[in-house]
Amino acid sequence: MTSLQIDFTGFTQWIGQTLSDYLSPGWALTVELILAAVALIVMIVVLVILMIYAERKIAGFMQLRLGPMRVGWCGSVQAIADVLKLLLKECVTPFKADKFLFALAPFIVLTTSFLALVPFSYSPGLQLWDINIGVLYVTAVSSISVIGVMMAGWASNNKYSLLGAMRSGAQIVSYELSVGMSLIAVIAMSGSLSILEIINSQADGWWIYKGHIPAIISFMIFIIASTAELNRAPFDLAEAEQELTAGFHTEYSGMQFAMFFLSEYTNMLIASMMAATVFFGGWQPLYLPGLDGFNAIMDYIPGFIWFFGKVFFVVFLIMWFRWTFPRIRIDQLLRLEWKYLLPISIVNVLIAATVAVFEWYL
Amino acid sequence: MNKCINYIYSIGAAMGSLGKGMFRTFSSMVHPARILTQQYPENRETTLYIPERFEAELHLIEDENGELKCTACTLCQTACPNDTIQIKVEKVTTPEGKSKRVLSEYIYDLGRCTFCGQCVDSCNFGALEMTNHFENSEYDKRKLVKLLNERHLPANRKEEQI
Amino acid sequence: MEKYMEITPDESEGFIINIGPQHPSTHGVLRLRTQLDGETILNMDPYPGYIHRGIEKMCESLGYKQFIYLTSRMDYLSAHMNNQACALCIEKGAGLEVPERAQVIRVIMAELQRLASHLLWWGCMGLDMGAVSPFFYAFREREMILEIFEETGGNRLTMNYITPGGVMQDLHPDFVHKVKEVLASLKKHEHEYGELLTGNIIFRKRLEGVGILTPELAVSLGCTGPVARGSGISCDVRKQAPYDVYDQVEFKEILFSGGDCMNRYMVRMEEMKESISIIEQLIDHIPEGSFRNKPKGMLKLPEGEYYHRVETARGELGVYIVADGSAKPWRVKFRTPNFSNLTALKPLSIGSKVGDLVAIMSTLDLIIPDIDR
Repeated sequence: MTSLQIDFTGFTQWIGQTLSDYLSPGWALTVELILAAVALIVMIVVLVILMIYAERKIAGFMQLRLGPMRVGWCGSVQAIADVLKLLLKECVTPFKADKFLFALAPFIVLTTSFLALVPFSYSPGLQLWDINIGVLYVTAVSSISVIGVMMAGWASNNKYSLLGAMRSGAQIVSYELSVGMSLIAVIAMSGSLSILEIINSQADGWWIYKGHIPAIISFMIFIIASTAELNRAPFDLAEAEQELTAGFHTEYSGMQFAMFFLSEYTNMLIASMMAATVFFGGWQPLYLPGLDGFNAIMDYIPGFIWFFGKVFFVVFLIMWFRWTFPRIRIDQLLRLEWKYLLPISIVNVLIAATVAVFEWYL
Repeated sequence: MNKCINYIYSIGAAMGSLGKGMFRTFSSMVHPARILTQQYPENRETTLYIPERFEAELHLIEDENGELKCTACTLCQTACPNDTIQIKVEKVTTPEGKSKRVLSEYIYDLGRCTFCGQCVDSCNFGALEMTNHFENSEYDKRKLVKLLNERHLPANRKEEQI
Repeated sequence: MEKYMEITPDESEGFIINIGPQHPSTHGVLRLRTQLDGETILNMDPYPGYIHRGIEKMCESLGYKQFIYLTSRMDYLSAHMNNQACALCIEKGAGLEVPERAQVIRVIMAELQRLASHLLWWGCMGLDMGAVSPFFYAFREREMILEIFEETGGNRLTMNYITPGGVMQDLHPDFVHKVKEVLASLKKHEHEYGELLTGNIIFRKRLEGVGILTPELAVSLGCTGPVARGSGISCDVRKQAPYDVYDQVEFKEILFSGGDCMNRYMVRMEEMKESISIIEQLIDHIPEGSFRNKPKGMLKLPEGEYYHRVETARGELGVYIVADGSAKPWRVKFRTPNFSNLTALKPLSIGSKVGDLVAIMSTLDLIIPDIDR
């Protein structure tokens, strides 16, 4: 199929060429990395502000409310006002807290979530690092954040925080398995761990359609397990308000709290990007077989719109869960993982492998 | 085998019950007509509904001549459970030479009032009512102590004020 | 006091955590000194008293008509029932006749209050379980009920509407119409409550088999209201000692025998339906006539002791007045339902998880100002 997609390859190569024309190779690389990092951070901050606004509005409408309405048109600058407020607030360190670890924890949490963003491909030709083990890299890096959470809970010198951190540890470590297993099912079918190759393998149909039963099961497991890994309701035990006031970040205020908040939303974005990449074809447009006119129109929509459209669909799903369901208890949480999700996902990997071997794709 | 079917059935039933809840919140989201929010300061003139009996602030009723109905009998002062009302009375000699009790000051401390309505209930002359004016917040609590008969001070008090 | 402070002989085990006095799930200022082993509760001692205002003592310095307004501030969600209990007790002492119309109005108001109270409880139950949305769904109908109170009595929360001899004001002309609207709305939206919480698998799993209150324990701790009825103890004062016109209406006493959180939850959900049926029976048959038999002069009770009990939204409220013949009571004592229900918290929560403690606390439906008074 002829691709009318906007390709960013030329653009990125032009930047690289211009830089190496004027600077020595070492400096060119450094400047390029800094540019990439700044672009990434700006993108994440903008997306997170959008998500915060979206979450508040969605929560509002689901609860028969209007959501924020005062700051800006329909409350559109509310998130920015909140960020400003957090910036101006004092960061209080509790007496007898482990000051070094207390200050370090938010950075670890935030850094790991930014690290995990690296291998994603946002649009054709727009990718920071095409690593050949992309999916594995993301799952590996994003699970490091549990260290930051544990550190925050321990260093706060607060019993609520400690309990929250312990819960979070148990939760993230166990749900990591299901996330990995559910991704393996698709990896077995696509035959590669590289994000770019997984996307390319979906040019003739997204995996959620092409991979039929195993892909749908693994998508459901992925969405449940990643909600749990994100510490979001109904799995928000680590910060269960009614039980532990605010869990591991009880003692954090001001910008330190904002970092936890930012990393929570970044992680949500990462999980959604992963789902969009693996199950919904990344930036691949939607093609319906036999409808050439329709497919041609789909081609005109740029790749990054496809990608972020899919990402926000998954983000909406996760928000939808949060504003509907009650929270589950810690023992039920672990039972759900070890008795339901893990066995199902292991069986699912088996099915996926069978499908892959016999090529029973749709 | 039976166990296996039960296992799968339990998963299906659980998913179904979750789906119902998700359908409910989604249908609320796509029906903006169901939104209950009232945007308070903006809707003051339009949709804000305050029932006429709503008890918000004590008010002295005037009769048709523009005089207060209050006779300074201090029944409301005794009926009030938290000393919200203080009535100062003075004796005035009328032109006919009779001495008469006249309301000098009717001091109402809004900050202490619990809006129980017992003052209105106790009044035998229908001289008191609770008005709907509920936006009473002040930065200074001394402003909550109000002189209710400000516009109807007796003659000698009026001069004092000037 | 020293003895009370001792928690267990082996306090070294596990760690102590104070849930409260300020905590999202205590719905007020209740302190629970909890001894935890990981997530499991080894021991838990409630320390009430953070919102003690001395209402019983304050009543002694106020007249019989005056002190009723204070009782709205005990269990602020059943303000009408509290006022009704005091009014009935005083009427018993003073030998005041209550017009038929006033009695019917009182029952309708009390049942509306029960609906409003249970609706708020339902919303908070969802909040405690971590679901935020149900709270707003519950407030839809609760707001309509509060508007009815506002129209007729002039207040939304701390009503001083029911008074010795009748009610303070006559019904608002719109009353009957509005009540019917609320009932229709409640019936229309009933399925939503089931979809959001009752049927939800996560919610059911959180409540089923958690915090089992045996009938023996319920009796020995003096639990009343939905808490005891969830354990199969028949204790509805409206049935056992009918007051006002409760003997003229037909309703079921809701009994569940399991005693766990789900049963207590279901008792309240079914009670709401019964309240709707009670109001429906009365709303078209409000008798004409006077709404108040206003006592002439200062209300005085002859020397003696008077007791009356009513069923509030949370259980049995008893008002005990010792009169010395003067215009003020010599002693007033309230037997509040929440204080007795609070005692069940400790035996129920020992051995359960922290998450269960929240579930147990919200199904006991504690109102802290009612405990401390």
